[in-house]
Amino acid sequence: MLELQAVHKKFGGLHAVNDVSFSVNEGTIKSVIGPNGAGKTTLFNLIAGNLPPTDGTILFQGKAIQGRKPHQVAARGMARTFQNIKLFHGMTALECVMVGCHTQSKAGFISGMLNTPFARKEEKAIRQRSMELLQLLEIEEFAEVEATSLAFGQQRAVELARALALNPRLLLLDEPAAGLNIYETAEISRLICKIREMGVTVLLVEHDMSLVMEISDEVVVLCFGEKIAEDTPENIQQNPEVIRIYLGEDE
Amino acid sequence: MKVSKTNKILCLCALVILTQVTTTLTGTQYYLTQLTMAAYYGLVVIGLGVLMGYAGQISIGHAGFFAIGGYISAAMTTHNLVQLQDTPIISFCSQMGLLMERQDIYGDQLLTFAPWAACVTALLLAALIAFFLGIPVLKLKGHYLAMATLGFGTIIYRLVLATPLFGEADGISEVPAFTLLPAIGSLPPIMVSGDFGLRVINYYLAWGVLIIGMILLLNLIDSRVGRALRSLHSSEEAAEASGVHTSGCKVYVFVISAVYAALAGVLLTHYNAGIGPSEASVMKSVRYVALVAVGGMTNLWGTLIVGISLTFLSLRGVFGSYDDAVFAAILIGVMLFSPAGILSLRGCLLPSKQEIAPAKEENL
Amino acid sequence: MTVDLFFQYLFAGVTYGSIYAIVAIGFNIIYNSTGIINFAQGEFVMLGGMISISLLQFMPLPLAIIVAVLATMLVGALVEILFIRWLERPSVMQMIIITIGVSILLREVALHIWGESIRSLPYFYGNEITTFSLGSVHISPQVLWVIAACGFMVCGLSLFFKFTPTGREMRACSVNRTAAILCGINTRNMVTFSFMLSAGIGAMAGCVMSPITYTQYDCGTGLAIKGFTVAILGGLGNSMAAVAAGLLLGIIEAFSVSVVPLAFQDAIAITILLIILFIKPHGLFGSSEAARLRDF
Repeated sequence: MLELQAVHKKFGGLHAVNDVSFSVNEGTIKSVIGPNGAGKTTLFNLIAGNLPPTDGTILFQGKAIQGRKPHQVAARGMARTFQNIKLFHGMTALECVMVGCHTQSKAGFISGMLNTPFARKEEKAIRQRSMELLQLLEIEEFAEVEATSLAFGQQRAVELARALALNPRLLLLDEPAAGLNIYETAEISRLICKIREMGVTVLLVEHDMSLVMEISDEVVVLCFGEKIAEDTPENIQQNPEVIRIYLGEDE
Repeated sequence: MKVSKTNKILCLCALVILTQVTTTLTGTQYYLTQLTMAAYYGLVVIGLGVLMGYAGQISIGHAGFFAIGGYISAAMTTHNLVQLQDTPIISFCSQMGLLMERQDIYGDQLLTFAPWAACVTALLLAALIAFFLGIPVLKLKGHYLAMATLGFGTIIYRLVLATPLFGEADGISEVPAFTLLPAIGSLPPIMVSGDFGLRVINYYLAWGVLIIGMILLLNLIDSRVGRALRSLHSSEEAAEASGVHTSGCKVYVFVISAVYAALAGVLLTHYNAGIGPSEASVMKSVRYVALVAVGGMTNLWGTLIVGISLTFLSLRGVFGSYDDAVFAAILIGVMLFSPAGILSLRGCLLPSKQEIAPAKEENL
Repeated sequence: MTVDLFFQYLFAGVTYGSIYAIVAIGFNIIYNSTGIINFAQGEFVMLGGMISISLLQFMPLPLAIIVAVLATMLVGALVEILFIRWLERPSVMQMIIITIGVSILLREVALHIWGESIRSLPYFYGNEITTFSLGSVHISPQVLWVIAACGFMVCGLSLFFKFTPTGREMRACSVNRTAAILCGINTRNMVTFSFMLSAGIGAMAGCVMSPITYTQYDCGTGLAIKGFTVAILGGLGNSMAAVAAGLLLGIIEAFSVSVVPLAFQDAIAITILLIILFIKPHGLFGSSEAARLRDF
């Protein structure tokens, strides 16, 4: 599904991501963890196309995607959410999700301006599909509410719905539990599992260890831009190197 | 929502007809002249409104596009080609029916391009320039974008002032009427011209163009592309992650708004039978920005209403020699007290919205 | 091109370049303390020139210039207090539109006070035809005044920002506003002060250039665009680089006269601006990381 081969990223003299390789298998949930400044978010930005890697290859469904623009990567079936939720101002939750259907629809400037039957039909389909996604994430009652005025947990759900609207093969989640209380975290964890059951592969960056250990099939540990370990959650918890990083030298 | 949009359009049509009837009944038909001109300026303003309000890209160079439209069509329809009559290009154009023969006021023979050919050329040129300008310029944000578009507007102004073909400081006059439909039977011809006898027809023509332009833009805003534009205004990063080709969208909407400005330029030039360099000045561009800002950035109807009424008052000379100062004062006042525009109730909600989203600044 | 002509162009270029540099420094001072590009910067220059010309009837030239600079500083402070100070979290679009509005207001006020006539201060020393001869090159003494004023301002500002408490506080504000507030600096007053400073600098430029370039109510816009070009060319916020960029632009313009018609001269500066914006928006001397130079 997704494969990173010896990916490097340098900012000036700083080696933010150093020779990282791993792969994500279809239908699994993989987590990337690591202390602050380990290069997790940089890694995400490299995968999603926000940054070009300095060196290395990123394969998505067998094709190299490094250096592609985010919208091109998105069109190939990779969706993402953001750590600090990025919903659109002045749009309802439904409209936000409808933006996510962009790659799934075609009506352009001209047909939009002329409001052709094709555009109208497509618009109706988009609306229907977005509504279904809101139902799937159990927030359909907020469809007509301005998205940025919703509660934090609901905003996360809207963002998830928007990402799912791309009909993705792979979903990148950047700290989906950040800023949520334990109930909301449990809710998100349930939703992520639900998404996996739909056949979507998930790669997530997360600080909340309980969430990571609960839902991940595999965990990658990053520290100072380098991959320290890659294993199942159980083994990672036993890994002395990982324990040393998280709890300090003296342990 | 659809119904209310249609109803608003119908109301506008009714208002347009009502105004014309009232002026005829009260013998104040001279108002129609300024209302016609205001409608053409309104076309520029709503085009800019979509660019600024919905896509969030400021342009302080729209008078440049207006001038491209106006000057190209004026120059092509007044520049005498008689001397070049026998060159292959001109005779080819002549065969294609692109030329128009007439006599000037001294009775000399005058051979120029036909207005419709000039119009098409002007619009295409404006679109092309907007496209190739937009690709690099729209990568810029905030102050850089403002200055770059201001710079573009100034270059056009300087070119116009320094080019003999465009009449330098005098501009171009004696631009012929633009015949859209020749006289059929007893029906009068439909042409864009400042002729007093055609005042009513031109009034309806201008408002017809404006209303069609408005419908197209309203459709655009509600469409898939319009949603993409609004999303990139709010967060380019999230829009890209949703698969929106943000730079492409920005360039296309820039082209559309440039074509609106150019079309207004073409039609108004034929209506006024001339164009002067002041139409290309920076002050005009700023005025368009002011009208959009006052009407409400994300409120196309507000933009239209304010744009038309303030332009009308200004054309009537209500503000006297304080014309520019009035616009500046309105601009500052609205930005200080109600950045979402005077017709928008959201004005009082905006500060709270910004608190939720401190990232707003980077999105301009 | 003869050597004489070359030097003649060179000096013309340096003169105009110095003026552009001063305007650019005005932009930078406000940009550093607020992140705003003050589109009314050119109007400060115009006001400086106009006020000093009017005052000349009542007082000698040096005093007229000083009073004009002070008066323009007052205008700068008023602009900030009336239009900027009490805005909570203004968006960039808002700031652009407000400062453009201010520039038009100032211009219109000037139009109603002074009319459309073109005025100028007398030459500070001698008159139009007085020249110094450097070998075979003739230079007007006013050119030296302009260059001296520019040099004086740059040195004065460096000293001010380096050695005075107020200067240090302004630098602190530009680096990190929140931190400056936490250190007990009244950042709002600093912003007002930066407007005054940049208005004063603009007015000074308006006075020294007036004998050469003349002053008219609408001369500000052109200067603002050139000044902004220079500020961008040097990298926004970097005033030393602005001087270098100013001289560069002035010299390019001066030499372009021999190639391009005078009417297109303004277009050259703007074309340079656009090209720079497209290929290197952080300026010739700046990098994206060091877009703000902290030291003058």
